[in-house]
Amino acid sequence: MSSFDTFEPVLLEAAGIDDGHTIESYRSRGGYAPLEKLLSEKQPPEVVEMVKSSGLRGRGGAGFMTGLKWTFLPKDHPGPIYLCVNADESEPGTFNNRILMEDDPHQVLEGTIISAYATRASTAYIYLRYEYPKSWDILQKAIDEAYAAGFLGENIKGSGFSLDIYLHRGAAAYICGEETGLIESLEGKRAWPRIKPPFPAIEGVFRKPTVVNNIETMACVAQIARRGVDWFRSIGIPADPNNPRDPGSYGPKLYCLSGHVEKPGCYEAPLGITARELIDRFGGGVWKGRQAKAVIPGGISMGLMTEDELDTPLDFAGPGTVGCLGLGTAAVVVVDETVSIVDFLHNSCRFFAHESCGQCTPCREGTSWSLRMLERIRAGKGRLRDLDLLAEIGDTMGMMPGSTICGLADGAAWPIKNSIAKFRDEFEDYIKQTNPTGYMETDPVPALPIVTTH
Amino acid sequence: MPTVIVDDQEIEIGADERLNCIEAARRAGVEIPHYCWHPGLSVVASCRMCLIQAGTRNAETGEVSMIPKLVPGCQTPVKDGTVIVTDSEAVQESRARVEEALLIDHPIDCPICDKAGECLLQDYHFEHGQSERRADIHAFSSRRRDVGPTVTLFVDRCIMCTRCVRFTREVSGTAELMVSARGAKEEIDTFPGFPLDNKLAGNVVDLCPVGALGDKDFLYQQRVWFLKKTENVCGGCAAGCSIVTEHNQDTVYRLKPRENLHVNKWWMCDEGRYGWHHLHNATRILEISHRTNEDSQTIEWADVLRRLPTDLTDAGRLGVAVSPMLTVEEAWMLCSVARTIDPEAYLAVGHVPSTGADESFPGGFTIRGEKAPNRIGVETVLSMFGAVSEGGTVPGWNDFLEQVRAKTIQSAWVTAGYPTPEASWCDEATAATFEGLNCLVVQDLFESPLSSRATWCLPAVGFAERSGTWVNCGHRAQTFEQAIRPPAGVWPEGRFFWNLLGRGGLYDPESIRKQIAESSASFAVLSGDVPSTGLDLRLQQVAVT
Repeated sequence: MSSFDTFEPVLLEAAGIDDGHTIESYRSRGGYAPLEKLLSEKQPPEVVEMVKSSGLRGRGGAGFMTGLKWTFLPKDHPGPIYLCVNADESEPGTFNNRILMEDDPHQVLEGTIISAYATRASTAYIYLRYEYPKSWDILQKAIDEAYAAGFLGENIKGSGFSLDIYLHRGAAAYICGEETGLIESLEGKRAWPRIKPPFPAIEGVFRKPTVVNNIETMACVAQIARRGVDWFRSIGIPADPNNPRDPGSYGPKLYCLSGHVEKPGCYEAPLGITARELIDRFGGGVWKGRQAKAVIPGGISMGLMTEDELDTPLDFAGPGTVGCLGLGTAAVVVVDETVSIVDFLHNSCRFFAHESCGQCTPCREGTSWSLRMLERIRAGKGRLRDLDLLAEIGDTMGMMPGSTICGLADGAAWPIKNSIAKFRDEFEDYIKQTNPTGYMETDPVPALPIVTTH
Repeated sequence: MPTVIVDDQEIEIGADERLNCIEAARRAGVEIPHYCWHPGLSVVASCRMCLIQAGTRNAETGEVSMIPKLVPGCQTPVKDGTVIVTDSEAVQESRARVEEALLIDHPIDCPICDKAGECLLQDYHFEHGQSERRADIHAFSSRRRDVGPTVTLFVDRCIMCTRCVRFTREVSGTAELMVSARGAKEEIDTFPGFPLDNKLAGNVVDLCPVGALGDKDFLYQQRVWFLKKTENVCGGCAAGCSIVTEHNQDTVYRLKPRENLHVNKWWMCDEGRYGWHHLHNATRILEISHRTNEDSQTIEWADVLRRLPTDLTDAGRLGVAVSPMLTVEEAWMLCSVARTIDPEAYLAVGHVPSTGADESFPGGFTIRGEKAPNRIGVETVLSMFGAVSEGGTVPGWNDFLEQVRAKTIQSAWVTAGYPTPEASWCDEATAATFEGLNCLVVQDLFESPLSSRATWCLPAVGFAERSGTWVNCGHRAQTFEQAIRPPAGVWPEGRFFWNLLGRGGLYDPESIRKQIAESSASFAVLSGDVPSTGLDLRLQQVAVT
């Protein structure tokens, strides 16, 4: 794709600049000027319209239209309305929010202020992942700088608009990245996702209308304000005219490339780059001259692509065409040919069994059951019928079949069902080799003795 | 009227009713299994047992459009045209999978579990589960730890419905229980140093759909399938909570609250819950005694029936203290007997025990400070007999003591029956004022300074041993049946008064109730059948007048 050759990184423009995280550096690059202009020239509905027409889709994982989400807020609400910025970046393999917060925090803050102005929020919370102490320091300094420069606080730049930003540090739980889990955690409760409806836009933080957006989405909003809607729409993959439900994938995207590549890192590319291009152009190819066996397209919960599927474009629609859940956080993890897919799936199941919040029965028990089955397979006691069971768990657990409240179970299910569907031969070989006498066992489980009584 | 279609069956619901699918289906006689949902608690929709298919029928075209995935019945409100499907293959498979998932970590120690027989996990598994166990997970134990002075937790039996946690947060407002850890390792727990110790704590055991929370008072006392259930009313305070007395072979084993939205909703307090032990207390008065009976011969009830009226007639003016522990029917018969013996008999309400102020909880439950179930009922009966003082109030225990001190009455008949064996309701000084009387009749459950001075001391019975009607502090009349027989040789007051009135056959509270209803406007509504949730005497009076 020729557009890559002329593509200049914008979200990562501060990367490599000394003191790029300071307000002076950001303003010297043209930052905050768009905000001042926008505050004096545009009304909030016009800002919403601007973001809506840019086609910006949420960068947090689900890819929902950001502008559309803002319009779900009740009209003429007496307030307060809250904006939550989700920086609880916990999806395995994902680190683009950290880069943004550490290298160019003011870009994030400017986007947050613009979004708060558009949604008429007077308070914004940035929910930061516990494991990011450096981001905490830099972001808090940036917030202080923004207050000092008059971009936060009462009556910003004489516009009459006031905003306070609070930095809230989580306590290291994956589920806090789910928007209603985040809201519960922000309120000081156990992060059990809420049932919907009501959606956060109607009833969110402290039972008030709330918008939850990702850090990278905020950075994109800042860039749209600076460079314009047309610039944003000139990048990426346009909407499929044959599919009225496809809103397209516009704008630059931060891809987190990790795993078995020569040069792992966070790279900015137009949406729609293929996995193979990403690995070869930015990552320097699969390491040690090996072949890729599988690639995670966007965080482990999106499932797996095989080597044959690497030419899939990594836009919001692409991974879905090869059976993956979606683009997710665009965290591309490369798994080379030496890795056992059994070990890979075991690791994935271990993560989700550990992180399941435990609220809904199918997820709580399904993630733990699949982990224990994989532990047994790796212990040389696997049976072929276990694969059917795993596939059944993968197919029935999650928000999509309707059996859970939030999407964590879908994220746990996708690696299971993709692995079994795409690498079933390898699982079968593994089970037959490690359990040569018992792999065909299909008898029901005998009654188990009680280990202890009280 | 809005119409809801449940499994092809059309039912109508009220125009203003806000029902979820579980409640709407119940109207159609269809049970949607559920664990975490409870009408008295907030909706969390986390057990996923109530997943069903739902959709909408277009009013004009009649076309039905279904939601493509399963939805929780508890979380889905019904409106006009809602279609609920509970018997499709997808729903049945989903239920089977939830049952399977719940049993993965469950010890299945039903043979030693107190809940067996009334366990939702058991019942639903028989109805919706799979016959084959596919998970061979070996983490079976049955760890037990106390979460409070009255409640114990069998950790691994828990299915994490969090009803108990929500109860302590939303109803008792004490929030002792919480969920600790995460995923399949999570457990119900308390914070160190803050045990589950509140006046409504016992309700969490009723709420628990499985055998995880056990009531230490009932633990290992009786298999639930041996228990007989009698609808009763708690006599512990003026609230008059609707309860079920569970008993076997004339022994009470536990009390449970019975749903009554007018009175106690779904709850009862621990004081009431454990307030049956006095019935089986060894110090109960079981025999009739008479002061002059020096050779301690057994006195039969027939002797009392013959001698007591004569004794009282000979003793001079009679004063009767009608206990607020008696039913409306018993009080009416007692007053009739008294007026037969002495047409000028002085009638007053007996001692009304009180512990002070009412205590209310965030969930809308109140424990009353007045520790008698039927003060209002007795007062209303007494006013029927004209026992009203000049101020228009019915005389009480202090007025009665005044009469005794002033010697305007020469004989007294004190009915008591207070369920407090450990502390007597009547102190020495009060009892001493009765010493100058010609004849003192005391009917009580336990010995007291008063009973030791009695000419006639007669045994009384407790709440589960009587039948009749009580009127609670909100003027709600509730009728109830006798649950157990009193100990051998003890007659319930009703039977005794019935015989004193010279009525033949078995004591029949219903006939008395009808008679009262005919002769008093206050009780007029009791002439017909009384529903199990009772009737409000005031509201009905308004309707009548």
